[in-house]
Amino acid sequence: MEIHLNKLTMQFNDIKAVNKLSTTIRDGELVSLLGPSGCGKSTTLMLLAGLYKPTSGKIYFGDKDVTKLEAENREIGMVFQNYALYPHLSVLKNIMFPLRMQKVPKKESKKLAQEMAELVQIGHLVDRKPAQLSGGQQQRVAIARALVKKPKLLLLDEPLSNLDAKLRLEMREEIRRIQQEIGITAIFVTHDQEEALSISDRVMLMNKGVLQQDSPPQEMYKTPVNQFAAGFLGNPPINFVTLAKSGNDKYLLNELAPFRLPNVIEEDKVQIGLRPENLYISDEAEAICTGKVIHIETIGRDTLIKVEIAGETLRALIDPSLQINIGDYCHLGIEEECIHYFHPETGVRLGGGDCHDDQTNMEKHA
Amino acid sequence: MTIKPTWKSTLKALLYLAPALVILIVFNIYPIIKSFFMAFYTDYDFYNDVVFERGFGNFVTLFQDANFLKSVGNTFLFVLGVVPISIILSLFIAILLNSKIKLLGFFRTIYFLPFVTSVVAVAIVWSWIFHSDYGLLNYFLGLFGMDAIQWLTDPNYSMLALIILSVWKGLGFNIIIFLAGLQNINQQYYLAAKVDGASSWSRFMNVTVPLLSPTLFFISIISIINTFKVFDEIFALFNGKPGPANSTLTVVYYVYQKFYEEWEFGLASAAAFVLFIIVFIFTLIQLSFGKKFVHYQ
Repeated sequence: MEIHLNKLTMQFNDIKAVNKLSTTIRDGELVSLLGPSGCGKSTTLMLLAGLYKPTSGKIYFGDKDVTKLEAENREIGMVFQNYALYPHLSVLKNIMFPLRMQKVPKKESKKLAQEMAELVQIGHLVDRKPAQLSGGQQQRVAIARALVKKPKLLLLDEPLSNLDAKLRLEMREEIRRIQQEIGITAIFVTHDQEEALSISDRVMLMNKGVLQQDSPPQEMYKTPVNQFAAGFLGNPPINFVTLAKSGNDKYLLNELAPFRLPNVIEEDKVQIGLRPENLYISDEAEAICTGKVIHIETIGRDTLIKVEIAGETLRALIDPSLQINIGDYCHLGIEEECIHYFHPETGVRLGGGDCHDDQTNMEKHA
Repeated sequence: MTIKPTWKSTLKALLYLAPALVILIVFNIYPIIKSFFMAFYTDYDFYNDVVFERGFGNFVTLFQDANFLKSVGNTFLFVLGVVPISIILSLFIAILLNSKIKLLGFFRTIYFLPFVTSVVAVAIVWSWIFHSDYGLLNYFLGLFGMDAIQWLTDPNYSMLALIILSVWKGLGFNIIIFLAGLQNINQQYYLAAKVDGASSWSRFMNVTVPLLSPTLFFISIISIINTFKVFDEIFALFNGKPGPANSTLTVVYYVYQKFYEEWEFGLASAAAFVLFIIVFIFTLIQLSFGKKFVHYQ
């Protein structure tokens, strides 16, 4: 089922939790709503579920306007952050609950619930109570309960945040598998960029109630539309430096530290974004800047250095085989197309960042 | 803290417990045991505390006494009238108070007031409300064109009047307990049930009731025991009489009559013993019922 949101706005007192959100979610897509806490992503999910009613704007499921439809009648399934499994009912009865509400005959609903339990691989646990299950198992029950009534839309509210790191990895692949096996349209909320980038077809990045960027994960990482998107994605985070024009083709940070940019930009001032993994140690001739190493950190296969350039600190992931010590001066280079340019005041993307580096592995740097 | 109790530690604990324990034993435990034995005194000289004869005579007399049988019947009628209405009504009000309303603290105080007010004061006010000529209730009914009812003097209505008073009096306590129970239910369950397609009635039946079952169970046990013991309300409402034509004579009132008015200590104790057995059986039934249907989280 296709979903259209048209200028959806939700106002709580004087705060606009969601501000004029418009988008289309295609049938069978897995879309993630990503953003920092308080950005309006959970509110958006609640609006889609019908648990909140928007201040203005419209929600369409297919061609049907469901803006005013109650949650009971929206034919959606939802997985809550803390799963909200009914504690007094067994696993099977939990899964059967939505069917019982639809007055499906008991025999049939039992069969359907059992099938669903098998799909999420908890078929052997159906007689237990939720309290007797682990977090991952409860999560599976919650998914089964959301899917058993064959909803047209599956909503997941921070589905992985209550699980430990290893289980999280396993469950996010599980969610992807189940979603694709059923072919259901699904929307999930997360504040974890890794989760969003790894399993979704499309990421909707929100900040302060406003949709920032709505694109496939790889594209969002490579060509962020603004400074916020660039800064939110990536770990270690992107380096921002504001440069002022001086002379013909050189951009300066200040008098002491020249930044030599390969291409010329018309504006007098510009903010550039340099992803740590795109920076490398180079010789003086091709370097864009030079600074003093103030910090070295080796995490697994990566070496992260912090370089101070006239009061600004740049993070760079470098080749671990290079011999570098704290206090050394080094030259940092970057491929021309890997530099992101943003407007220094508005943060809007001006260009660049068409990086086709084969080494830029999403999983690794996300 | 799994230190094994020693004689020394036990004695020390007893020292702390002693003040309360002495009072409880003298004024509660001893009278309970004594009255249990007194139920079997068929010939008793209470001036000299000499028992001439023991036996089951008191129980035989009791079950041949029309007044006792009537008091048992009245008590059951009273329990049946008060407990369900009181529970349903207080649950309903608690749910209303639990929803987002203004002046919540004000309403809670209003509803809790009857519970902390003296029964005698309450009964006096209600006896004015029930007054056949000048009472508010009859005035109110008159607005709907109904004839004045002799609430306190007509044997057909006196039990109803007593039930109304008792339901109102007990409301506050039940509401407070229910409110505490309701606030323990996570709102997420309601959201989940909503998404699962449950109407507001199904949400009440499938989320509120099961998750509130420990509270419901507690309230129902307390209410049943309390209503079986009814006495003060009758004494105050009907000016020291068990209603017109014994229409509100309950078992405890019967015990009071036998003990203080007729000095039939054996008979009074036997009646109290019968009441104890009845309450005990009811509580056992409820406990076994509770094991099946009450869900503790």
